[in-house]
Amino acid sequence: MPTTDELKLRIETTIPGAQAEVVDLNGGGDHFRATVIAPEFAELSRIEQHRRVYAVFGPEIGGPIHALSLVTRAES
Amino acid sequence: MSTPEQQINEAIQGAIADNEVILFMKGTPEAPRCGFSARSVAALEALGTPFAAVDILPDPRIRQQLSALSNWPTIPQLFVRGELVGGCDIITEMYESGELAETLGVQPPGDAPDAAPVASEAGAAAPLTIENKLS
Repeated sequence: MPTTDELKLRIETTIPGAQAEVVDLNGGGDHFRATVIAPEFAELSRIEQHRRVYAVFGPEIGGPIHALSLVTRAES
Repeated sequence: MSTPEQQINEAIQGAIADNEVILFMKGTPEAPRCGFSARSVAALEALGTPFAAVDILPDPRIRQQLSALSNWPTIPQLFVRGELVGGCDIITEMYESGELAETLGVQPPGDAPDAAPVASEAGAAAPLTIENKLS
């Protein structure tokens, strides 16, 4: 079962310069919310920003990670 | 002879092309089966915009084909004039910033709440079902 620390680490190591905060929405280890701030998001549309974060987890989204709610932005 | 997957893919593309505003969701606008879908329906209904809806739950291949087509892994997915607008988070953000009304080309009703509504009301739009397109 993925943990919030694991998700945070994977986002931060995959997206250069990213800072992520991840919370487990219901304590069940499958519904998460991530707030991700990354410099490269300045160049991307909101859809592309979310795709970039979803891509970190690939087919795990909808699988072990049942839901990943996202808030993304370029600046803190 | 096209495979069932190709037929579903074509039905999805047809539904997106034929409906200016279309939401792929879990359940129906009247009976959403997931909180994210319910929230998306509530945002569209608060703006009073008519929309088509497709329940992806009856056949797992609908979701597989939709996500392959849209390059978007989660449900719901909102399309306006053939373009993916986003999922529940983006719909909610755009509702609250006023961008959703702008994208939909509607004036928000005077009684539309500023924060994206959580509760779902009975929808006026008849849900479109993918089965109908395939029969």
